[in-house]
Amino acid sequence: MSRVLPAEGGLRRVIGDGEAIPDGEVAGLGQDDLLQLYRNLVLLRTYDERSVIYHRQGRIGTYAIFWNHEAMQAGSAFALEDRDWIFPSYRESAIGLLRGIPASTILSWWRGHPSGWWSPAEHNVASICVPIGTHVPHAVGFAWGSRLKGEDRVAIAYFGDGATSEGAVHEGATFAGVTKAPVVLFCNNNQWAISTPLSEQTAAPTLADKAIGYGMPGVRVDGGDVLAVFEATRDAVLRARAGDGPTFIEAVTYRAAPHATADDPSIYIDRERVEEERENECVGRYERYLVRLGVLTDSQAEETKQEALAVMRAGIAEAEAERSADVGLVFEHAYADPPPSQAHDLAELRRILGHG
Amino acid sequence: MAERFLVEAVNDALHVEMERDPSVLVMGEDVGRLGGVFRATVGLQERFGADRCVDTPLAEAGILGTAVGLCMAGWRPVCEMQYDAFSYPALDQLINHVGRYRWRTRGTMSFPLTIRMPYGGGVRAPELHDDSPETYYVHTPGVKVAIPSTPADAKGLLAAAIRDLDPVVVLEPKLHYRTTKEDVPEGEHVVPLGEARVVREGSELTIVAYGAMVHVAEHAADALDGEASCEVLDLRSLKPLDEDALFASVARTGRAVVVQEAPRVCGFAAEVAAVLAEKAIFDLRGPVVRVTGYDVPYPYWQIEDAYMPSVERVVDAARRALAA
Repeated sequence: MSRVLPAEGGLRRVIGDGEAIPDGEVAGLGQDDLLQLYRNLVLLRTYDERSVIYHRQGRIGTYAIFWNHEAMQAGSAFALEDRDWIFPSYRESAIGLLRGIPASTILSWWRGHPSGWWSPAEHNVASICVPIGTHVPHAVGFAWGSRLKGEDRVAIAYFGDGATSEGAVHEGATFAGVTKAPVVLFCNNNQWAISTPLSEQTAAPTLADKAIGYGMPGVRVDGGDVLAVFEATRDAVLRARAGDGPTFIEAVTYRAAPHATADDPSIYIDRERVEEERENECVGRYERYLVRLGVLTDSQAEETKQEALAVMRAGIAEAEAERSADVGLVFEHAYADPPPSQAHDLAELRRILGHG
Repeated sequence: MAERFLVEAVNDALHVEMERDPSVLVMGEDVGRLGGVFRATVGLQERFGADRCVDTPLAEAGILGTAVGLCMAGWRPVCEMQYDAFSYPALDQLINHVGRYRWRTRGTMSFPLTIRMPYGGGVRAPELHDDSPETYYVHTPGVKVAIPSTPADAKGLLAAAIRDLDPVVVLEPKLHYRTTKEDVPEGEHVVPLGEARVVREGSELTIVAYGAMVHVAEHAADALDGEASCEVLDLRSLKPLDEDALFASVARTGRAVVVQEAPRVCGFAAEVAAVLAEKAIFDLRGPVVRVTGYDVPYPYWQIEDAYMPSVERVVDAARRALAA
């Protein structure tokens, strides 16, 4: 396992198709775990679908859609302990739901309200990273620094296929390899960076192949198979905890929704391929698996969806009930010890705004 | 007190602060085994181990990016950028994260990291070993900037930077790393950020400078001795800027020349001139005159002296300011 080899050729899968491909199972996951994983998937799916509606209703701003990325997020996060840190990109904006960050907080982030900027140490979820791939070195530094302090914490950084072209990902992965940081580099390869297909992003046969250059194992997994994602991440986390260093996971899917609410993929995307993907989307796949297994009934599934919907309705109501932020927050928190000019600027602004 | 070169004072500060605070960690290219290309970090790895004085891969954005994560894990990283212009790949991390992350967490996390680097020209070096990049740093919200001109201040400002909860960039004038030995206080020595220093008092003109240009300003003041009484003000911190010291000096002299080594446009001298124009114009008896590098790439070293603000150029500017 600690030997570095070219990435596995095929995609790891656990969930079958109910016909020719048989279902597998993951050792160590009981019925309660399987159902918790289902609730996590449904919560993320509901968050995403409701957010697109809220955007259309003008209740949140521009929103980065993660429809059909839920298996990658829920599956990998389920392999972590609460003390482990998550470093999300904007595509994983709602992953903190799985750590207890309220839906209202994340919705507030998309509403541009200060209450959406959470305290990372409260839930061990770093701030949402917008500039592509630049948080990968943060996750690596955190994991490395935690190990130096003798703490048993693993970090996971999420980024897309486009991010693998960024220098920050390369430098972060280089540091991870050299320092043997207990970190998981999780690439959700949805094969599109807005309108740029993977074939124009890299000439590498697979993204996981890049791992060999960093001296770490590269693993490829079906990004629509929540159990395969969980299993691959659990292996990587165990490796990290054992002191064997980082792992690069490439989870492969196909982007079946726009990049964000402002995007029009009909200009560039393969619509037939999108349809195929939508029919085989990750939440339905897992749901059918659980039904075949006899773990989930239709009424349980419906109940889970209604619960998630209630979370979102309460979340948006709470976010909308936030009082408008004081302009003092324009200045506050920029410095621990601000230059004297800030107090002057704020006083002047308040005077002009008539705040006294 | 001990007589030390400026670079030795930097080294002394690092020893003292690492001894004082076990969360201080030095990282950078060649800082460990070699002790740094200028020997600023010599002895640290032997004393504190390879985990606290880390030879990193040759990747400036990686150094600063992992330093952000190290802060989140409870460390106080002191990152060395090997040369001024080598720091540019790390600007992405500086602007996007180092200066913003505290704000992003609404003040719940601090990023007490220090970036230190040798800066400036006059050392007959290959291209891109001569830049004065302070403006990029000063312009970045959330980041503080200090530039010492003497060994004692090099130690004291670096100690203040390391102890500060905000990220601080410390630019060290490499030209003066080993020019003169001066008295440096032993043990803990802190020069607070945001306090300028009157190098010499005068009554007719203030020459404002920082870093290596303080020495040029002093020589210019000497050259003008008998002709005009010049005050020399060493800013020491560019952010926070000691505006009060600036105003007090100009209130005494009524005239100002501002010297910087960096190219002129939007350089820090422009900020000083703007602050004086906005807040102290009635104390001024003439225009604020800038002496700066030119708006060109830092030149071939055989003719670099023509680029650098010289004593002659500062004297010339002073005479223009005095005549106006």
